[in-house]
This record gives sequence, C-alpha cells and structure tokens, in this order.
Amino acid sequence: MTVHTRHGDALDGALAQALGGRLSRVDGPAKITGAAKYAVEQQLEGLAYAVLVESTIASGKVRAIDTVQAEAAPGVLQVLTPDTIISLRTASDWFGTPPPDKPYCPLARDITFSGQHVAAVVAETFEQAVAAAALVKVSYDETPSIVDLSDGKAGDGIPIDAMTKEWGDAPAAFAAAPVRICAAYNTPREYQAPMEPHGLVARWEGDHLTVWEPSQWLDGMARTYAEWFEVPFENVRLVSPYIGGGFGSKALALSHGAVAASAAKMLGRPVKLVMTRQQTFTGYGGRAATRQTVTIGADRDGMIQSIVHRGVNETSIDGMWVEPLGSVTSIMYATPNFSSRQNVVRVNSVVPGAMRAPGENPSAFGIESAIDELAYVVGIDPLEIRLRNYAEQDPHAKKAWSTRQLREAFAAGAERFGWARRSPEPRSMRDGNQLIGWGVAAGTYPVRRAYGEAVVRILADGSVEVESSSIDMGQGTYTILAQTAAETVGVPADDVVVKLGDSRFARAGVSGGSRLAGVMTGAVHKAATSALDQLVGLAISDPRSPFHALQANTLVVAKGRIGSPRGDGPDVSIAELLKSVGRDRIEATGDTMPANSTAEDRYKNYTTIAMALPHTEGDYSRYSWCAHFIEVRVDEDFGTVRVSRVVSALDSGRLYNPKLAESQWKGGIIMGIGQALLEEGIMDRRHGRIVNNNLADYLVPTNADIPDIEVISVGIPDPHSSALGGKGVGELGIVGVAPAIANAVFHATGKRVRDLPITLEKLI
Amino acid sequence: MRDFSYLRATSTDAARQAAALPGAMLLAGGTTLIDLAKCGVAEPDTLVDITHLKGLDRIDVSERGATIGALAKMGHVADHADIKSRFPAISEALWQAASAQIRNMATIGGNLMQRTRCPYFRDPANFSACNKRVPGSGCSAIGGVTRGHAVLGTSDACIAMYPGDLATALVAFDATVHLGDRRILVDDFFLLPGTTPDREHAIEPGEVITAIEIPGSAAARRSTYLKIRDRQSYEFAAASAAVGIEFEADGRTIRDLRVALGGVATKPWRARAVEAALKGKVLDPETVRAASLLAVEGAVDHGANHYKIELAPRVVARAILKLGETA
Repeated sequence: MTVHTRHGDALDGALAQALGGRLSRVDGPAKITGAAKYAVEQQLEGLAYAVLVESTIASGKVRAIDTVQAEAAPGVLQVLTPDTIISLRTASDWFGTPPPDKPYCPLARDITFSGQHVAAVVAETFEQAVAAAALVKVSYDETPSIVDLSDGKAGDGIPIDAMTKEWGDAPAAFAAAPVRICAAYNTPREYQAPMEPHGLVARWEGDHLTVWEPSQWLDGMARTYAEWFEVPFENVRLVSPYIGGGFGSKALALSHGAVAASAAKMLGRPVKLVMTRQQTFTGYGGRAATRQTVTIGADRDGMIQSIVHRGVNETSIDGMWVEPLGSVTSIMYATPNFSSRQNVVRVNSVVPGAMRAPGENPSAFGIESAIDELAYVVGIDPLEIRLRNYAEQDPHAKKAWSTRQLREAFAAGAERFGWARRSPEPRSMRDGNQLIGWGVAAGTYPVRRAYGEAVVRILADGSVEVESSSIDMGQGTYTILAQTAAETVGVPADDVVVKLGDSRFARAGVSGGSRLAGVMTGAVHKAATSALDQLVGLAISDPRSPFHALQANTLVVAKGRIGSPRGDGPDVSIAELLKSVGRDRIEATGDTMPANSTAEDRYKNYTTIAMALPHTEGDYSRYSWCAHFIEVRVDEDFGTVRVSRVVSALDSGRLYNPKLAESQWKGGIIMGIGQALLEEGIMDRRHGRIVNNNLADYLVPTNADIPDIEVISVGIPDPHSSALGGKGVGELGIVGVAPAIANAVFHATGKRVRDLPITLEKLI
Repeated sequence: MRDFSYLRATSTDAARQAAALPGAMLLAGGTTLIDLAKCGVAEPDTLVDITHLKGLDRIDVSERGATIGALAKMGHVADHADIKSRFPAISEALWQAASAQIRNMATIGGNLMQRTRCPYFRDPANFSACNKRVPGSGCSAIGGVTRGHAVLGTSDACIAMYPGDLATALVAFDATVHLGDRRILVDDFFLLPGTTPDREHAIEPGEVITAIEIPGSAAARRSTYLKIRDRQSYEFAAASAAVGIEFEADGRTIRDLRVALGGVATKPWRARAVEAALKGKVLDPETVRAASLLAVEGAVDHGANHYKIELAPRVVARAILKLGETA
C-alpha cells in the first residue's frame, strides 16, 4: 500500500516532520475515512467463500465425516475433509529448520484440541457456506483430555534445559538467608483479540499464488506457503497493506491459510476465508497459561542473596511453545545466587503463540510481585527495595548494559506520581467506600536486532519513495520511515511516499519482538544516504549540472533544494537538478547485512528468525526498561478494582516519533490493565473448551476502564542497540503493569492476589 | 445462513397476524435477534419487521406515570428529560446497559425479549444439551462454567441468568407491559424456568408488545440503579439493584421502598422481603445492611457464582443508603 504524507494539523509542521518530531500517523486519514483497504476487503472476480468446521471434542479421532447434506446445499462448490483436500508438504519452522519429509494436512483426523479444523465448506456466497458448514456431520471416537496445567493428568511436564539459568549456589544461599519468601504466581490463557480477525483471500494463476492476508511477516509467510505447495518462493506474493492489530498473532502462516489456498487451487477460483471471532480463540494460540514459583532469600535490610525460580507453561499435545518465564527474573536484580528452570506441560490446546512480550510479560508478574512481597516482609518501601537491589550490570550475561535508564525511570515516575506521599501500611488510604492503593513495578524487554533492507528512490518531481515489504499494524511504520527518509535526503516528510505490505518490495524480516523500527530506520537511512550520495555526486560531476563549474567537494540538500554548504552559488530544487542532468530518478537499495553475505544468507535472514542478532552479542547487554506507578481504587464492599492513575517512565532509547511511541506505550499499558483485571480464557473442564470465546464474554478494557495515563520518556540514544539509537517500544509498555496493579491492590486491601486476573470474587 | 422470509408489517394488526405464523419472529432493533441467528440459536422462518410502524415510539410522561412505546430506542428513553427527573432508575438502568451503538438501535419492546447470555445456550454446535433451546435435552451449564449464572429462581432444568437492566427497574416500580389491549405486570411477564425454561415470557403467538407503562410514584422519583460489574462499561451486571424510596415527613422514616435485583436471578427479581423489613423503619446503615441480606433468601449457588450471594445484598444496601444520603 502506498501512503502519502498528507496532514493539516498545525502540530505536524516542519518541526514535527524531522526524525524525533511528533508527526501524526500518515495513514490516519485513510483509516478514519474508510479509504484504507484491508487484506480481506480485496474484491476479485469469481471469488468463492470458505467456512471452517471445527472439532467439538478436545481429544480423540474423527471416525467419519458425513458431507452428503452439505454437498447438496445451495451454492456449495466443495466440501473439504482430510480425505478430499489436496496433500501439502510440511513446511520448515520459523528457524528454517528443514522439515520432516512428510505430507501436511491442515484438516485434522487426530483431534488434540476443541476447535481444531476438521473440514471446510466452499460456496458461492458466504451465507451459503455458513449454512452448509452447519450441515457437515462429524462423528468422533473420543478419548480423555488434559484440559490445562491444573489437570491431574498433566504431570510435571518436559524440562527445557535451554531455559536453565544458574549461578552461585541458590538453594544453599536461600536456606541460609535470614528472610525468605516463597510464592506461586499464575497467569491464565490470554488472547491477542485483534480488532481485525484472521483471514485471507488466496488466488492461483498457474503456479503463482497471491495471498491477501494481514501479516506481521510477509516473507516468512510467503516461504511457508511456497513450501506447503512446493512452488518457488518467488512465486508467492503476500499483500498486507494494513493490519488491524496483530500483537504477535499474525506472524505465521496458519492452517486456515493452508485450507483457503488449497481450496483456491482445487477450485481454480480465488477463495476468501475469514475466521469468526469464536474461531480466533482456537484457530491459533494466544498466550500460554503459566505457573511460577519464586523464592527469594534476603538480608534483613532487603538485599537479595538468592532467587530460586521454577516456571511451567502449557503447550499443545503435538506442538512446542516455550514462554521464557525466567527472562526478567534473571536480569532485573543483582543477586549473587540464582537458579531458574522451566518445564512445559502438554495439554489439549491449540499450540500457544506469541502475544505482546511473550516471556517477559508473565515473568515480570512473578518477580515484580515477589519483590513487593519481600518489601513488606522486611518493612522497606517497595521502590527503595528495588533501588537497593539495582543491577549495575546484566547479572546473567555479566556484561555492561548498553544503556539502562531504569534508575532515572524510577526517579521520574516517583516524582510525577507523588510516591513520597504514600502511606506505607496496607489499607491505610481510603476515600469513602474506596480503598486506595499505590503500587510500583518495573518492566523490561530485550532489544531484538536483525538485518534489514529498503529501497529509496528520488523521483523526477523531487519527491522521495521508500519501499519495503515490512508492515504497519498501527505502530507507525509508514510515518517514521517517511521521517527517516525525509531527514536523511533533506526533503519535507510531506514529499515522501512510503510503500509497505507487499512481498514484491524490498525484503523484510518479522515485525515482532519490537524490532521493526530499529531495523527499518537503519535500512532506510542507509538506502537514503546512498541515494543522497548519488544525487550529490551527479550534481557535482555531471557536466550538465549547474553545480559542475563550482568544483565543490560536497553540496547540501535541505527542504528539497540543493546548494553549496556556504550558501554561495546556485540553489536549485531536486526536480530542477534531475531535469538538468537528464535523469528521471535515482534509486538506491540499502541493506544492513554484512558485506560478504550470500544470496542464501539473505533469504535466510528475511524468511527465518535464525539470523537475529543476540541482544547480549559483543560487549553489551541491550534492553528497554520501564517503571510503572499505578493507583487503584478497590470498593471494599464489591471487590471491584478500578485503575485511577498511571504514571509510567520508560526507556526506549531515542524515540523516532515521540507521539507514536507514547501511543504504543499507552496501548501496552491498557493491555496490561486488561490482563491484570479482566482477561482470562475460561475452560469448561468437561469439554476441554474455552467457553468465553467472544468479545462480550472475554473482556478487554473499554474506555471507561482506562484513566488518564501519563508516560515519560527517560531514554537516551543507545548506539549499541540500533543504527539511529532507538531501542524497542511496542512490547515494553505492557511488561510490569499487571504486577504494579497487583501490588497496588495489596496496598489497598492487604490481600495478595497471585492469580490473574484480579476479579471481584477474589477480593470480596 | 438459512433462507427465511422477510415481511414488513404495515400496521400493528398486520404484525399480529404475521407473528402468529409458525416460525415467525418480530424484528425491531435486531440487536438480540441477529446476534442469536449468527450463533445458530434463532432460526426464524419469517422475520416480521415492525420498525416502520408509526406511533409506537412515543414517550409520554405525566404525574400519573410514563407510557413508553415499544419501538422507542433505549438511548432516547435514557436521555428523555422527564424520564430522568421522574424515573431516574429507568434512565440509569438504560444508559448503563450495552453500548451507545446498541442503545441507539435497540428498542424498549425488544429489550424485554432479550435472552440469556448463558454460553451453553448460545453455542448449539458444541453443547447440544440445553432445556431452554431444546426442551428435555438437559442443562449443560449445571456442572460447567457457572460464574455468570443465576443464584435465584433457578430450577433443575435451567440456571440461566436474566441479563437485562431495564426490566429490573421496571419490576421495582410495578410497570406493566401492553400487548395491544392485554395488560400484564412486567413481573408476571417474565416466567421462572421451572420445568419449562424454553418458555421465558407470558406472550402468546400473535401478540405484539406495544408499550410499557410505569406508574408514577414518589419512590420512582427518588430512585437509582446501581450496577456492579467486572468491566466499567459494555458489560452485564455481576449484581445490580433498582431501588426507589419515599420517606415520611421526618425525612428519615421509610414510607415506601422498592427493591429489585439484576444479574443474579433467572428473571428480574423483586426483593419484597427487603422492602417489608425496612418499611416503617428509620434509615440507618446497620438496619439497611441487615435487611438487605433478605434479598438473597433461598439463593442456591453452583460454585463459581457463589460470590453473587455475597455481592447482591451489598449492592442493595449501598443503593438504599445512597438514596438516603440525598434526603
């Protein structure tokens, strides 16, 4: 999709357009007016509609599928079952691990969770497909299921040795510590619940496949489709101009995509398939349910001597998802002795997936609740105990932080929140029936880095075009890349056109793990620098250039005009210069791959996550940091918790656009409020099925649940984290919100809730 | 979606005739019906669209009471100045219901026909047993996820909670439903599940709700609707209370009291025991709290919904005390 930078907001003036300026989202008007076309809105000649049929048992085998009635229903073109759908080939995983050489069938015969896709109906209209899907009769041989982590049959699970982090002698130091706390913390299944449900339109032309699908990773998904259908990677085109929220759930090609693309191939017609909201709860994985035990041994003055951490997360019967529960535990506080281990437990669920800050989010709920508990036991202010145990270097990697403005975050947040006025005793602050509590917690997220690529063109009219197959799911990619190119070339952002969301553009890796801005600003900066060098080179060296006679070493480009550094000599627009030298464009591709990279390296870099750069590579450990200060009001009769005030100070390094960064931080904080108070997949244990699989029953916050949120940037440019000094933004905001709320609830009520969400019956 | 016929009624009589056809359902705002059709619960053969009928959206308020046409929108009634001043609990129940978008579509008559949010009722593909949907098929909710289910008025056949707000306020103030010429108390319009949970309303095929009438009273004038819920808006009640109060001339002794509960029962639940215990008493917190416990007399929980038995009396007490403060 092409987005032109157009805006009338006075705040979006020249100052806002520079990198670091508060330019409003350039895709905003298209979204507000409805002009923005989302993937499944693609209208195609001959489009047919597919609807999924899901398993109604959690474990067993499909005995038979009776399709007679469905096939006879009006408008039905085909009924796909495991027996009738074309055979695909198993694709590699996201590390690019060569797959087992065996067929892949996106419709299941062996049922491992309720809601698994077992059949699909394709019809001329959506309504006909829905009606016929209800006529497909599936019979099963049911076997007992393991419903969740607390199921007696679940067992201890599988140890994941790669997650083990240990130093010193943590058990011995814990046993010797004068103050010891131990508690278990649980988080339930949570769901990304993006506003735009998952879906796609698939069209084959010969052995070329085009897929219009919301995607956080066009090249990765194109690779999976190519491998499934055994066609060259270049034959698959993914188009994803706008994404209505992903939160981690739209990075991979999923079984419903395989069903739709298979149907399109079998029918010889384009096919559209969109999940119902109910299906989005089982069609792919949300955040895994987790259980953590945190034990801390400390001195009487609150200095931590030992942390012993044990984590468990659920995964599916035949898939593997590890939610790294020791990720924050191992780096937040200085401790001489540490042990963290993790198991995963197989349950009858869809394989869990990535959801905003996978790992760090539940990890922070454990350690940031536990240190709060320690603070009360030793009688030290919860903020002070965090400062006393401040990690001056990465305690696990034993490396210096690239930048860690967490102390500054604590100071700025506490000052703005008025933390010094806090009355330390629980239940000591109230307003009528409302018990008031103040809580603090820290958060962090690693700086995930990767190589990137972009094309920058300077066109005949002096405008600049940026192309990349990376995406904008609302975080502001269109906007900050326009700002990057504008600043680098020396034109107003108004004159930059950014094209994203088409796999035919310059390749891009996954937009996940808060890496996109750092990767893409670097790539665009490099490409734009190269384009600028070409432009200046032409101006100096081309005999037709008005600058030729000047014999200058360099020229400056600003506001779309070229002149000499001293201001003497000619002053012409970019368009005039290109015209005078007879060029209709200048084009540069920039990539940040090492110079000796092979074509295979490049393919691997953009279609897998295997080449991501470790955040502890070299001399530094790179993380974003934050501190949340939160006030809750708990009605003492009703147990209802309302968040009444949030002040968060965050270190994401340099901000490319503070307005957009603040918006993402606030979005994370809002999601964290939902996680703390509302969100939970509720299981019918007899059926192994989530019953609140809709947005009336799976509650996410409304505007009325959200107070004013104040965010403060305490970051400084971090040259070790990205080319232009930024660290991660998107996931950071949610990390630490739930424990800050749980800590505030304890301060308000004296009740420690260790199981999310904190619903009223836990406090009544 | 199944094929069905669509009829646009040109008069109330025509609507009655069409509604008497087997498999016919009336369509007004559609906010419940279309939702239930998408779930596969409602499968009408004929939809009788009454939204074009003239004169059924009037709101008349006088000293004697209010008459609200069946096609008046929830949002309009909530914002009506005379409803706000003479029946604050009605306005408050309405504006705390659903979302602004739904309130702008949904009608008052349709609101009375709102059905339960029981997840088992709403998912026929996965849960075949539901006595409300298929008489005699059993109840999937009993023994299942019950956090949102009723603790009052339940039976062995059904524990589905009535989720509405407006009707809770209506039963507190003795409102009647007009089914053309037939009048019936809202309290009697809603039926207990008993052995026939499929039958929810005392309405016969061919009857059309034309209006709701609420008698004016001092208690209605000093009234409130307190709704407690997990989420601050766009959420059904964990427990709610519609309360109206009238004091004697001393401003402390309770002359008249109306109490009804929402979010806890199989139908809008009038708490007459609380009313009787407090009439004639001087309003004081301890007396009110003690009497409010009578609101859940006979309550039966199914595990996860036990909290409603604790919560409901507290909501009643708070609402009564809040009205007392304004004395």
